[in-house]
Amino acid sequence: MLESNKKLIYILPFVLFIAMTVLLYTGLGKDPTKLDSQLIGQPIPAFEKTLLLSPDKTISEKDVQGPALVNVFASWCPACYHEHPYLMQLTQSKTVKIYGLNYKDKREAGLKFINDLGNPYDLILFDDNGRLGVDLGVYGAPETFVINSDNKIVYRHVGIVNLDVWQTILKPKMFPEANEQQEQGAK
Amino acid sequence: MIPEIGNLALAFGLALALVQFVMPLVGIATNRWRMVLVAKPAAIGQFIFVALSFACLAWSFYINDFSVAYVASHSNSSLPVAYRIGATWGGHEGSLLLWAFILSSWTFAVAMLSKALPALTRARVLAVLGFVSIGFICFILFTSNPFDRLIPIYPIDGSDLNPLLQDPGMVFHPPLLYMGYVGFSVAFAFALAALLEGRIDTLWARWVRPWTQAAWMFLTLGIAAGSWWAYYELGWGGWWFWDPVENASFMPWLIGTALLHSLAATEKRGVFKAWTTLLAIAAFSFSLLGTFLVRSGVLTSVHAFANDPVRGTYILIFLGVVVGASLFLFAARASKVSVTSWYNLLSRELLFLVNNLILVVATVMILIGTLQPIISEMLNLGKISVGPPYFNLVFTILMTPLIFLVGLGPIVNWRQHSFQDLVARTRYAAIASLAAGLVFVISEFERQATDLVQIFVGVFLIAWVIILNLGDWWKRASKKRSSTLMNLHKISPSFIAMYTAHIGMVIVVIGVVISSHFSVEKNIRLGIGQNEVVEGYQFTFEKLTDVVGPNYDALRGHFTVTKNDEVVARLEPEKRRYHASGQWMTEAGIDASLMRDLYVALGERLPDSNDWAVRIYVKPYVSCLWLGGILMGLGGLIAMTDKRYRARAKQTSKSSDSIALEAV
Repeated sequence: MLESNKKLIYILPFVLFIAMTVLLYTGLGKDPTKLDSQLIGQPIPAFEKTLLLSPDKTISEKDVQGPALVNVFASWCPACYHEHPYLMQLTQSKTVKIYGLNYKDKREAGLKFINDLGNPYDLILFDDNGRLGVDLGVYGAPETFVINSDNKIVYRHVGIVNLDVWQTILKPKMFPEANEQQEQGAK
Repeated sequence: MIPEIGNLALAFGLALALVQFVMPLVGIATNRWRMVLVAKPAAIGQFIFVALSFACLAWSFYINDFSVAYVASHSNSSLPVAYRIGATWGGHEGSLLLWAFILSSWTFAVAMLSKALPALTRARVLAVLGFVSIGFICFILFTSNPFDRLIPIYPIDGSDLNPLLQDPGMVFHPPLLYMGYVGFSVAFAFALAALLEGRIDTLWARWVRPWTQAAWMFLTLGIAAGSWWAYYELGWGGWWFWDPVENASFMPWLIGTALLHSLAATEKRGVFKAWTTLLAIAAFSFSLLGTFLVRSGVLTSVHAFANDPVRGTYILIFLGVVVGASLFLFAARASKVSVTSWYNLLSRELLFLVNNLILVVATVMILIGTLQPIISEMLNLGKISVGPPYFNLVFTILMTPLIFLVGLGPIVNWRQHSFQDLVARTRYAAIASLAAGLVFVISEFERQATDLVQIFVGVFLIAWVIILNLGDWWKRASKKRSSTLMNLHKISPSFIAMYTAHIGMVIVVIGVVISSHFSVEKNIRLGIGQNEVVEGYQFTFEKLTDVVGPNYDALRGHFTVTKNDEVVARLEPEKRRYHASGQWMTEAGIDASLMRDLYVALGERLPDSNDWAVRIYVKPYVSCLWLGGILMGLGGLIAMTDKRYRARAKQTSKSSDSIALEAV
């Protein structure tokens, strides 16, 4: 009996491995940088969140007015530190409204992040339990959502925003008309 | 012309890898001795061609051949030469070629240094390595060819290497890491050869140990180098982020560490045989898994280069074949190599077992945390990541008992140890360590309770491991006749290696505990001429100058740091703007010493003024992180020098070769 038990144990790693391969295969091909299609063209999901800078104030999805970017950040996310200086530049150019979503953070840590590095955001939502993040389909930080003038989500960008990303990806998604006009003008 | 030669050389490398894989196995199966002997020359030839191919790519970077697509997208004519060479592995295609090149180098080393091995074992080991080579070279040639040309229209200049990678760290970190990753392929090949043969003995463990130690050493140094790079290049003083790619390198390290210990038990006591082969398979499998995670785009991270489902599918199939086949072989053959053996409840075997268990559990927890976005998506929870809090908690809980055991490991005997004797030998160390912990707690009493517990446990463990390991070293050396101090280096290198690595590990713990609890970080507004006092150090912002770099312009801040009116350091943090990409990079100014690092980074110029947001950190003992890493690596190096890996192997080689000859 002991012998057969032993044999079973030796087979176990193989079985576990097969299970994991199946798992990885399902993850494959689903490009994590693309938004789950059901959210594109949809309005921002309903929420009620406090503000990071003033915990006693609550706002809802009705207070978000596009065109704007919603930038998901956290103090525990190294890439957010990287992205931050560009957001500061972007906000100083006053071309776009940026909402911040402080994702799964501690309030003190989020405040420290903003106090240390500066505040590029028009409003910062505090998403301590990550509920809004889940509704948006966020799986990490940083991520940036493009909201058009009808308050619909038109694009989701995973990874840092820099000059290149803003000009070639986000801006054309946010102002499609301006782009077409430019192209027509060029013709 | 040169890129075509590189491409052709790689194709030849593939052909020879096929020969290296097929011929020996067919030879063994059909008793054809000549076919078995082909393994070694094929391995050498494969190495020469893959090395040539790699050299061709490096050359294309050196001469700025922007007609090569990969060069055009990862280099620039104004990039300094060292970074142009480093850029060879600065992207997906090139880093895979580096992978293949390092694999063929290890194969070459095995082929050249395995004279003592029985010919059949050598042939099997080389065949397995050949198979892995085939997989990687095919991957490069069919999905990720770095030699593809942009003909007829090619850019006049390249689009530059990511500024983050333009750093000396980039030149050293990936090759070291890959040497470690890929080095586990040798232990893996030995494990498969042993399963095929159905036999594992002391000699086998003795062959595998130095190869495993070498791979482990490289991986340790590679991880330490990566952490150091992150520390000063990312500009905010962090050194470990639990990023998926960091985890991908850390998991093979943990399994490799378990393998080192398990191999020691297999060699000395003939126990854990099946387990050791499983760990050898696992260590390399985790290296492959790491490659899959980084290359497939299943998880995104700051390290991710490519996001191509075709590549992902290829690696997953390859991973499935290699790991699946080896685990299948294990399932079928492990009972042949396993033995039932006896050891007491309190013995070194048991400690090794617990050590292995903890390391494996830690690996599994990190794996779960890393794959969690995929798991939760499968369960329709949306993609969410668990973040550093999960990893920190799990890891602290698991490492605490493990470090405690590092103190006991060297003392406890094989087979059995009396509990009374163990108490007698550790009680003074226990008292001293408790006292050290209490001293720290009392001096920091105003802190939060959770902080105090962490500090106490941390200090206790640090003292415990150092006292017991150094004490045991001293005791072993004192058995020799003359002065103990003069004999510290005369005991067996294996022991010196063990003490060095253990103490290195605890020095890393010192760095972690002290720098995370005692660092002072200030983020302030500072104008030129103003100063700020942090922890008794006065940081004065003297001036700001313009600097022209080889491929960037920079603003350089000049800071003078004084303590008690004496200048202790001058720091020059920079904000760099790289021409080709227009990206801004922060270069921190760091004055490093054993006791403390002084760290200054420039943030942003504040609107409508000449003041700057400046980050000033005083981080005590943070250098211990890297010093400890280097000591651990040194431990691996010393372990390899043990004569018994060579001397005994020679004695037995003749007899086993002749047996092999008869068998064929």
